Amino acid sequence: MNPNYLDFEQPIAELEVKIEELQLVSSDNELNISEEIQTLRHKSAKLTEKIFANLSAWDIVKVARHPLRPYSLDYIPRIFTEFDELHGDRRFGDDKAIVGGVARLDGRPVMVIGQEKGRAVKDKVYRNFGMPKPEGYRKALRLMELAERYKMPVVTLIDTPGAYPGIDSEERGISESIAQNLAVMSRLATPLVCIVIGEGSSGGALGIGVGDHLAMLQYSTYFVISPEGCANIIWKDSVHAPEAAEAMGVTSSVLEELGIVDATIPEPLGGAHRDVDLMAQRLREHLVDQIDRLARLPLEDLLSQRYERILSFGNN
Amino acid sequence: MSWIDKILPSGVSKAEGQKRASVPEGLWKKCLKCDAVLYRPDLERNGDVCPKCDHHMRIGARRRLDLFLDAEGREEILTEVEPVDRLKFKDKKRYRDRLSAAQKSTGEKDALVAMRGNLLGMPLVCVAFEFNFHGGSMGNAVGEKFTRAAKLAMELGVPMVCFSASGGARMQEALISLMQMAKTSAVLERMKLMGVPFISVMTDPVYGGVSASLAMLGDINIAEPDARAGFAGPNIIEQTIRQKLPKGFQRSEFLLEHGAIDMIVPRGEMRETIGRLLAKLGDLPAPDVELVPEVEVETEEADDAGDE
Repeated sequence: MNPNYLDFEQPIAELEVKIEELQLVSSDNELNISEEIQTLRHKSAKLTEKIFANLSAWDIVKVARHPLRPYSLDYIPRIFTEFDELHGDRRFGDDKAIVGGVARLDGRPVMVIGQEKGRAVKDKVYRNFGMPKPEGYRKALRLMELAERYKMPVVTLIDTPGAYPGIDSEERGISESIAQNLAVMSRLATPLVCIVIGEGSSGGALGIGVGDHLAMLQYSTYFVISPEGCANIIWKDSVHAPEAAEAMGVTSSVLEELGIVDATIPEPLGGAHRDVDLMAQRLREHLVDQIDRLARLPLEDLLSQRYERILSFGNN
Repeated sequence: MSWIDKILPSGVSKAEGQKRASVPEGLWKKCLKCDAVLYRPDLERNGDVCPKCDHHMRIGARRRLDLFLDAEGREEILTEVEPVDRLKFKDKKRYRDRLSAAQKSTGEKDALVAMRGNLLGMPLVCVAFEFNFHGGSMGNAVGEKFTRAAKLAMELGVPMVCFSASGGARMQEALISLMQMAKTSAVLERMKLMGVPFISVMTDPVYGGVSASLAMLGDINIAEPDARAGFAGPNIIEQTIRQKLPKGFQRSEFLLEHGAIDMIVPRGEMRETIGRLLAKLGDLPAPDVELVPEVEVETEEADDAGDE
């Protein structure tokens, strides 16, 4: 089994191996098999289309957690220019699971805040697997308030398995740090655009996820408790995670229907990791559109619309 | 002579026991902490706090409001808020059926009870979580009722007090539940900017989405003695870090030590303490705790406000 492909993607993986082998053969000798390769490529694309047209909620969770899934630090240099990372919460430390800083989007100064899981093993440990501690949320809050003072729109990229469940997290008030962000984001006097790029897990995701507009990438996921956690509680066994994922409706299509998610950004064929540049380009277009629109609103309207939107959750 | 008569201490309400056809079930209650067998009427007089070891037993939302608010002039509000199964959630059972069962067993529509009333003569809005209803979990009905109660407090310009007891966000309402964290936090932020006091009292236990929103956002945060409150449950933390948690982890004393709460207040002193605090925040004279206040009942106004 190819570790860079998910279980349901294995037939695609097999085709891709064949294509690779043929490419090697063709470069080795004079035989012209480019036509053969073309056919296989076409077949592979068709197969991918077919498989991805019928993904279950649980399959989508897997794509959202794909080992090659682009993370915040993959997108930031592709979407923004002049990203200057800013560090620290000024109270305790600098949380590596949340990155943030000032940058330009299409020339306009913005504040970017994103959760970062880390790619290689060492990197994952450094980033605490994308699980922020209180200092991460407090850094995010500090940057948002900085953005508010200098009238910069805020972009948040959500991708976390959850806020860190550890002793130090609790000692430093992880609950309070998230609650405080929710409170301040509800009235931060600058446009706030949020995007779930991978895994949006519960309060840890929401802690940087309240704003004027919330979008999800097509194969990202957002839940109040992980499907495994839900299955553990209800069935006492995490093998029921696929059923839990289905029941909770963890995908953008369900969440759009509930009026919680405003838009779904389509991913390249086979998922964002198949073409990171194309995905970043779509994200960039989305952000430019939304920020242009929100920045034109009188501040009073922006804030009252945000407040009403938050208070309507669950009622529409 | 039945067995209960034999173990009844002489002179202890034997007469009351005999008045009834049979001895009512649960006339005695064992303290979960010190194992003392307690005579229930004594226990109730003590606010369900063990007279032997001071263990604060869990109590329901109505009992809580009963103990806290002045007897006169209280009125339940926002009874029209009901849970809705938007997702048609089904696991081993249907959520709808789980809701009906919880409603039947608790007599509540959902896990939050809201009242208008007075505390030592000062008008206020007070909400309490019913832990026996789905573990006090917050779905839309809880979030919505809390939000409307807060709006009412702002409209009337009276403080709000919340007694939380909750396992967190309600799984069966999935992301709608998560968004109640945003909703309750938003309305509390507005209260804060308006200068309408909000006092959050954490009672055993407060976890997850309720802890990471409304419960931690009090102008003043209070916990009952030995209550547990935190973001992640102890089991989850132990599984993650693979080590035993220190004694007293996430208990009130821990919360106080780490700066999460302002004070630990025993149940018997709750009225007096919060009364004193609210009087100062509202620049009112010190409330007379000896006096059972004469309270005017404002039924008409209350009816209008209840529809908000």
